[in-house]
Formats: sequence, structure tokens, C-alpha cells
Amino acid sequence: MATQQTQGLARGLLSPAVGLLFVWMIVPLAMTIYFSTLRYSLLDPGAETFIGLDNFRYFLTDPAFLASLLNTLVLVGAVLAITIVLGVPLALLLDQPMIGRNIVRLMVIAPFFVMPTVSALVWKNLLLHPVSGLLAWLSTLVGVTPIDWFNDAPMLAVILIVAWQWLPFATLILLTALQSQDEEQKEAAEMDGAGAFSTFFHLTLPHLARPITVVILIETIFLLTVFAEIFVTTGGGPGLQTTNIAFMIYSQALIQYDVGSASAGGLVAVVIANILAFFLVRIVGRNLET
Amino acid sequence: MGQITLQSVHKSFGPLNIIKDANLDIEDGSFVVFVGPSGCGKTTLLRLIAGLEDVTSGQILIDGRNVVNVPPAKRGLSMVFQSYALYPHMSVRGNIAFGLKMAGMPRPEIDRKVEAAAATLNLTSYLDRKPRELSGGQRQRVAIGRAIVREPKAFLFDEPLSNLDAALRVQMRMEVTRLQKQLATTAIYVTHDQVEAMTMADRIVVLNAGRVEQYGTPLELYDRPVNLFVAGFIGSPKMNFVSGLPASLHGAATIGIRPEHLRVVGDGEGWPGRVSVAEHLGSDTFLYVDAAELGLLTVRGLGEVHLKGGDRVWLSPDPARLHRFDKEGVAIRP
Ligand SMILES: Nc1ncnc2c1ncn2[C@@H]1O[C@H](COP(=O)(O)OP(=O)(O)O)[C@@H](O)[C@H]1O
Ligand SMILES: [Mg+2]
Repeated sequence: MATQQTQGLARGLLSPAVGLLFVWMIVPLAMTIYFSTLRYSLLDPGAETFIGLDNFRYFLTDPAFLASLLNTLVLVGAVLAITIVLGVPLALLLDQPMIGRNIVRLMVIAPFFVMPTVSALVWKNLLLHPVSGLLAWLSTLVGVTPIDWFNDAPMLAVILIVAWQWLPFATLILLTALQSQDEEQKEAAEMDGAGAFSTFFHLTLPHLARPITVVILIETIFLLTVFAEIFVTTGGGPGLQTTNIAFMIYSQALIQYDVGSASAGGLVAVVIANILAFFLVRIVGRNLET
Repeated sequence: MGQITLQSVHKSFGPLNIIKDANLDIEDGSFVVFVGPSGCGKTTLLRLIAGLEDVTSGQILIDGRNVVNVPPAKRGLSMVFQSYALYPHMSVRGNIAFGLKMAGMPRPEIDRKVEAAAATLNLTSYLDRKPRELSGGQRQRVAIGRAIVREPKAFLFDEPLSNLDAALRVQMRMEVTRLQKQLATTAIYVTHDQVEAMTMADRIVVLNAGRVEQYGTPLELYDRPVNLFVAGFIGSPKMNFVSGLPASLHGAATIGIRPEHLRVVGDGEGWPGRVSVAEHLGSDTFLYVDAAELGLLTVRGLGEVHLKGGDRVWLSPDPARLHRFDKEGVAIRP
């Protein structure tokens, strides 16, 4: 137990940093709340008037809102599912002793270091492009008409790109967890007559429950705000097919020049993220105890 | 049945020769302890028998059948690991039942066997707890329970008591021995603690640097150690070794005298020395005597011996209990 004096000293030394962080957070939040109550169009500067909660009403009753909310949930859910379902076997593979394991690991992790804008461009122009893309070329090789991904299956294309970026993250976390699995437990299971599958289901999967939870929580936070991939590839379209909440806020602010409504949308997004986080922690957070 | 025979078993890890030509014959129902200093290859030898490591050469026979190519689960042995290696996500019941479940035993039979094992080990009221909710001694018992339900041909223990405190260790030592006698199942028990070896074993294997130095009953090892290493390793406090003139008087390069076989005698009769430290335990007195060119000798006196640091003493070895060793350190037998 620290003494009174060291506690006081610690508080004194911490306070500038904590104060700075607090101001850093509170100023933008306060300004967003303030803007969300104004009629504030960039086309008509200087004419801001207080309109109460009208911006929220406009944003929430906008037909685009429900569609974006749904798209957001589909994107988050699909990417989570793909990264975990593929991440577990990939981590198991990378945990096996093999030649050049370090290089293979590095290559698997690499997509995570590519910035979203770049990876979206690569996917759009080099891989998924209906004329010059790699997949189109493969399709014509086997005599199938190439798919125009961003028009025929835009959401699937976006999910693919985002999942490709986040799969390394999930794999990395799960791999670290696998490496911390107790070797003697596996040997005990071997002596008990458990084969590879039984050992996986009875020992490894329960051991991975906690890292999987961590992956879900962290990825959710970032997947709620996916923007660059959509902006670069589909621009939210066709129609509203790939517009998520983040992209909708952007289009309110900088396509429709409505700062008030965009601010209201930002606050709505904060609330949605909190609701989601609340349920996630209730459902999967139990794994984090002890 | 659980008769285990090792025939010139070798084990190398790369260029490192860890087990060098191990030959052993372990009788059915006996309690055999592998003892030796840390790093001498005890765990490796046990894992070879379990099948968790492959032998480099040689044969391991269980009930006459060579098992070197048989996977661990098929050898009919069960192992208690040093870390217990309990399955953390399963209850005590799940841990004990796991091996039976994997063997495809019907549920009612599993339940019956688990209950019986739990009753033997006083675990009945803990069956639904997770390992982390148990004390060290209880975890130890779960690990033993997991080993006994499978009714193996032999138990393999790898330093199972080393994580327990001293008092619990003495208690578990007795429980394990009693349980083994009651089940009449062969047991191989690894420890670096020679007191554990002496108290628990029917027969002891003394290992040193991957070599079996001696295989015999505890009293054989105590009374007739085959070489300097065994003589120095078995017995506590350690045997005193004296070389030079007193040894050549007995026709040996080195003579060994256990502390309990050195007596404090009257003036001028034996080796002179000065007590440097005296430890009074009540039941025993340990004297560390500085005997000039003979070195530091340990003397164990029964009960209270009224001597203290700085006192001059004369020591005389019991000639009947003297151990003689040649230049190579091998015991000389008459
Ligand atoms: N998997 C392994 N690879 C290389 N060396 C090993 C391996 N396992 C054990 N050893 C070596 O074998 C020797 C004996 O180890 P071990 O059997 O664990 O000793 P003990 O149980 O008697 O303390 C040690 O020197 C150890 O470093
Ligand atoms: Mg060991």
C-alpha cells in the first residue's frame, strides 16, 4: 500500500496528462453536441440558428438511416465471422513447426500493415476489376463471365476487402494464445487417448474463448467506423447498398453540406456503438472474467 | 499385469546423448523410484516409457510386448505430471472422466468409476468445481484420480509432490504409497529428493548423467552403494569421504563413513578435530567437525550431545560400516 504522500505526489504528477486528455476529448464532444442543435449549412454560412432536436429527427427518419444501420451490422457481423472462422485454423497452421515459419508468419501478418486506402485500391483495380482484374482473368480462363463485383455484389466485395485486412489481426492474437497453451495439458490428453480433433474441441477451443472475445471486442470497435474502403471502392453505392453509418455521416456533412445533421449523426453513431458494446460485453465479456 | 522392461534404451536430442544404455526390469506391482540430481534424465526416461518421446534405440517391453512403436494412449499407462496438467475448463468430474469418455465407455459406467475414484481420494464434495477453485493438494489428488480411473498397467509420476509445502508433501507421500499398495499397480515415480525415494520405494533406480548407476532396494543402496556417486547421493546428511593415509590403511583410495557411523570417542583414540558448528535438533545432534587434513566431517549423534562450536573432539569410524572405494570410485567388496 502506498503512503498518503506518494499517492498525493502521483496524483499531482498525473494531473497535467489526465487534464490534457480530458480537454482533448471534451472539446470535440461539446462542439459536436452544440453543432447538432443548429441549422448549420456550409452553403449558407453565418446563418446558424438554434433548432433544438430537429437535426436528430431528420437524421433518424431519413430512409437512408435504417439502410445504413443494417449495412453497418451486416458488415461488422460478416467480417467478424470470416476473421474468426478462418483465423482459428490459420493460427493452428502457423503454430506447427515448419521450415521458414518466421517468414510465412510475417507474410500472413503483412496485410494488416497496408493502409486501408491502398488495400482498397489494390483490390478494386488489380483483383476485382471486371475487365483487368485477376479474378476476371481467372474467370475467362475457365470460360465464365467475370463478375462485376462492385455493381453486382458490392457489399460482398467490401466485406471481402475488410475481412482480408482484419484476418491477420485475428490470426495473430489467436496464434499468441495458442503458443501460451500448456504443453503438458496436451500431453495429458494424448495419454488419455484424445485424438487431434478431441484435443482441439475439448482443450484448444475452450482455451481460445478468451482471445476470441478480445478479437470480437476490438474488431467491432474498428469495423463500426469502416470508411476508406467504401469511399475508395463503391462510394456507398450503388444506391445505398454499401452505405454504412460512418459513410452516411460523411455524405451528410460533405456531400449535402449539412454540418448540423452530420453532427447529430455522429452522436447517434456514438450511442449505437455504446449499445452494441454494452450487449457484446454482456454476451461475450463473461469470458474475460478471472 | 504391469511388468516393464527396458533393454539397452538410448535417447539423444540431436547430438546430445541424454539416456545412455538403460536396462531395467520392473516387476509387476512394485513401486520403483527414479532418483538423481536435476537434469540427469529422469523425466526423459519416464517420458520414453510413457511414449511421449521416441527412443533413439533399444526396446521397451510392457508385459513382454515391445511398445516402442505404440502410441501413448495404447500403452495402458497413466501419468501424473509435475504441473498436474489438469484441464482448466473442465470440472473435477470432467477431468477424471475425460480418459474414459475418450475410450468410449458408456455414461453410467463412467459415472460409477468417477464416483468411486473420487471417494477413494476424498474428492466427492469437489466434483463440480473447476481446478482453479482447488488447493494444491486437491489438484494433486484430481491428477491422481485421473490416473487411477483408467485402471492402467502402471502409474507414472513425475515429481508429483514438488509443488506442495513440506507438511502436505509428507502426508501425500504416505497417501500415494498406501494407494499404490491398495491397488497393487506398478508405479514408477520420479523425484530428485532422496528422502522421498528412500521412504516410498520398493526399489530405487539411481540415475546420474543419463546412466543407471544402481538399481536396488533402499537398504541395499544404503548399505552397499556400488560407487562414490550412489554413496554420496543416498543418505542424509551426506556420507563423509576421506582419502589419503587413513584410506590406504584400509586398502582403498577413498573410504566413506556415514555421519551416523562416526562416534565421538575419548582422548587420543581416533581422528582429532575441532567442532566448527553444532546443530542441536533434540532428537539428533549434527556436529560439523574440522578434522585438519581429513576435511570437514559430519557426525550424527543420537539425542542430545553436549558439545559446542570450538570444542576439541576425537572421532572414530565404526569399522563394520565403512565403505571402501578404489581409484575409479567403484566400491571394493571383500
Ligand atoms: N526436448 C528436448 N530437447 C533437447 N534437450 C532436452 C529435451 N528434453 C530434455 N532435454 C535435456 O535432457 C536433459 C535431461 O532432462 P530431464 O530428463 O528433464 O532431467 P530431469 O528430469 O532429471 O531433471 C537435460 O539436460 C535437458 O536439457
Ligand atoms: Mg524432471
